[in-house]
Amino acid sequence: MKILVTVKRIPDPDASVKFADGAIDTSSTKWVPNEFDQYAVETALRLAEDAKSKKRHAEIVVCSVCPAAQRQHITTFLAMGADRGVVVDADDTALDSQAVAKLIAGVFKKEGADLLVCGKLSQDSEGNEVGQRVAGLLDLPIGSFAGGVTWDQGSGAMVVSREVDDGVETKKVPLPSVLTCDLRVVLPSSVKNGVTPDDHTYNEGPRLASLRGITMAKRKKVEQLKPADLGVEAGSAVNNNAVTPPAARAAGQIVESVEQLVEKLASEAKVL
Amino acid sequence: MSKVLVVVETDGTTIKNASLPGVTAGAELAKHTGGELHLLVVGSGVGDAANAVGAAGFGAAGVHVADHAELAPFTTEAWTDTVVAAAKALGATALGGTATSTLRDVIPRAAALLDAPLAAEITGVTGNNTFSREMSAGRALADFTLSGSVVCFTARASDFAPAAAGAAAPVSAADVGTPNKRGAEVVGIETTQSARPALTEASVVVAGGRGMGSGENFAPLETLTDLLGGALGASRAATDAGMVPADLQVGQTGKVVAPELYFAVAISGAIQHLAGMKGSKTIVAINKDPEAPIFQVADYGLVAKWEDTLPQLIELVKAKKSG
Repeated sequence: MKILVTVKRIPDPDASVKFADGAIDTSSTKWVPNEFDQYAVETALRLAEDAKSKKRHAEIVVCSVCPAAQRQHITTFLAMGADRGVVVDADDTALDSQAVAKLIAGVFKKEGADLLVCGKLSQDSEGNEVGQRVAGLLDLPIGSFAGGVTWDQGSGAMVVSREVDDGVETKKVPLPSVLTCDLRVVLPSSVKNGVTPDDHTYNEGPRLASLRGITMAKRKKVEQLKPADLGVEAGSAVNNNAVTPPAARAAGQIVESVEQLVEKLASEAKVL
Repeated sequence: MSKVLVVVETDGTTIKNASLPGVTAGAELAKHTGGELHLLVVGSGVGDAANAVGAAGFGAAGVHVADHAELAPFTTEAWTDTVVAAAKALGATALGGTATSTLRDVIPRAAALLDAPLAAEITGVTGNNTFSREMSAGRALADFTLSGSVVCFTARASDFAPAAAGAAAPVSAADVGTPNKRGAEVVGIETTQSARPALTEASVVVAGGRGMGSGENFAPLETLTDLLGGALGASRAATDAGMVPADLQVGQTGKVVAPELYFAVAISGAIQHLAGMKGSKTIVAINKDPEAPIFQVADYGLVAKWEDTLPQLIELVKAKKSG
């Protein structure tokens, strides 16, 4: 069993967004791992490991499309516990989602992976499309927006709790397949793999790298590929005309009492 | 001629309200490209619903119905096969719909099969295959143009008015292709039962955050919600803590809402939450922390504990409603 996980570097979401010449200015950006990809790697680890014996039942490969010199985020995920990495050396900011999806589909085929785990979206571009696109390109079934996953070892399928607009849908997806991870997949009992006891509870959220993990990460292999190695001509059909800060809301007012609030909502805002 | 194909969802008898903003976005795109709007109804046994969509018209040149047993219950695998086949048969130059959880699953997969770019969760149509959308939790606004023989879009419901019924449009059978679930199987659906309007369609939203402390403490918020005929919402902190169900989450990773009136109670206002509600017309914030960032977007802020304010707020709103 081999699990491929996509990971992306994004501008630090807690830093302010800077603009220059009708675009986002990334010249002084601190790049950090995308939060949803941390959930994806945590999901893969929970699927792969026996939480009691720490034995692994699947290999976890993390894959990123980015300039090879800027792959620090891959090391972060190796320190978290992934086994090895693949970096597709390209300027990800100049690629559209279809190009990225073709590259990831190429790595999936080259690796002969059984499962692709993606974050639901990246916090910077918020496209929410790459996992779905890769599933389409590879003609695979998908469990998107997963808030919970149970690996049914008997039938070789993932049973996915999907967070849909008006509730939760349970979908059984046979391997090979694709998962995209929503927030609640990292709650203490959201992932079950049939090896770790079902009543095991994890700490909430993605795990932190241990000191040993950080030392080990430096020795783990990261393969470097070019788009041409995967037979993909990488480009973009999306042309930004301008990226600007949105108009700020007009300043509001602080009211002193509930009476004043209700009075203003009725007479000023006219919403009551 | 360019043809914009919008996928609409039905509740079995007619179009779902959630699909109407996507029809508006499609109509605007058709206008900018000088082309026609077409609607696609997908499902099993949806003939009556398609006829109802045809009767309402929505400014479309045609309503196409893809009816096949494999298309219910919804799976993105089978739906995408059909949507792509119908788009190709029609010669669609654009394909899209509202950014519901259904179409956020289907349209990217269809875009991959059509080798097409996708404008995801657009907030506006500004020209020929030119759109606007937000990025980085609402802190950047992009205006961009897609190139290619076919382009795709999903429209953010809060940014487009629901399409209005118009002259009837002819209904015809679509090319359904060969829908195939790829071995996937829907085992169950737990729908959140609520007598309240849908969060994304309500004119009033009352939302609670981490500061509410527990699910039981949401009771006064529910009272206020029902008094105003609104929908209940929550911040990620409150849904993650299990106080209320996950589908009530408002924010970058939850639902994006833009009601007439939004109450943020005991919500600090992280940028991820603001991204989901700052389009609201009037924002009221009640928080005990005067430094909470929610006050920077609020039209009316009240620095107070919810325990000390909600009972009185409910009484005064009740009095206003009956007076």
